[in-house]
Amino acid sequence: MGKVRALIVDDSSVMRKIVERSLRQAGIDLEKVVEAGNGAEALGVLRDNPVDLILCDINMPVMDGLEFVRQLGSVENAKNVPVVMITTEGSESYVVQALSSGARGYIRKPFTPDQVKEHVLPVLEKKP
Amino acid sequence: MTVNVSIATRSREENWLPILELSVQEVFEIMLGCRLEPAASSESKPPGEFTAMIGLAGELCGVLTVCCGTRSANLIAVRMLGAELVTSEEQVWDALGEICNMIAGNFKNKLSGTDGHCLLSVPTVITGGEYNFHALVDGRSLETTMLFEGAPIAVRLELHS
Repeated sequence: MGKVRALIVDDSSVMRKIVERSLRQAGIDLEKVVEAGNGAEALGVLRDNPVDLILCDINMPVMDGLEFVRQLGSVENAKNVPVVMITTEGSESYVVQALSSGARGYIRKPFTPDQVKEHVLPVLEKKP
Repeated sequence: MTVNVSIATRSREENWLPILELSVQEVFEIMLGCRLEPAASSESKPPGEFTAMIGLAGELCGVLTVCCGTRSANLIAVRMLGAELVTSEEQVWDALGEICNMIAGNFKNKLSGTDGHCLLSVPTVITGGEYNFHALVDGRSLETTMLFEGAPIAVRLELHS
C-alpha cells in the first residue's frame, strides 16, 4: 500500500481533523487530504481531486452520507473509490443501508485509532 | 421497541440513567482519553456558559443537552484536537457539539429496539447561561452531573412521551 489520497466528509471540522489524525496513527501514509462539510460539497470536491479513500459521516446538512454514497457512481473519477462510513448512527438498519448503498466499511463514533486501522486497512488492501 | 409503552415509562422501568452515564463516560474516555468522576450531590451545577443540544426524533423523542463552563468547553476542544489546533471559539462550539452528538448516538445505540427508529438532529450550541429550558410536552428528564478535570458537566436527557 503506497501513499493514499483521502477525502474526509463531516459537517464538524473538529471531527475531520480527528479522523485525519486517526488515519495517520493507523500507519496510513497520507499524500493528500481534502475535506468537505456535506455530501453535495464532497461530490464537487471529487470532480477536481481524485482520491483513493473516502471517510464519510452520515448525519449532515444539505446531503447526508447515504445519499452521497448513492450519488458517488455519477462521478467518473470516483465511482470505484472505497467509502468507509464514520458515524454516531450505530443501528443495524443504518449499517445495512450504508453497505447496500456501496460503502465498504462502517465505524461507529466514538472510535479509537485502532478501530480506524481495523476497518480502513482491509478496504485499502482490497482496492483494485 | 414496544410502542404501547411510553418512553417516559420505559425509561423508568429499564432504569436508563446508568445507561446515559455509561454513554457519557465512554465518549470522554475514548475521544478525550480521560475518565469522568462522579459529582457529589453537594457539588454545584456547572456555570452553564456553554450548552450543546441534540434533538432526538422518532420512537425515542426528546432533547439531549450537555452543559458546562468555559474552561471545560475549551479543555474538551484542546483534548480532542490538541492545543496547537484550537485557534477559534467556533472550534470549541464544534467540539462540544460533537461530544453531545456522540453521547446521544452512543446512548440510543445501547437501547434495545430503537434500531432505525430514532433520528438525531445536527448539534446546536448555545453560549451564555441566562436562559430557561421549557419542554412544551409532557415527559421525563434524566440528568447526571459528572466532574471533568474537577469541573462539573451536566448531561440532561429530556424525554417526550
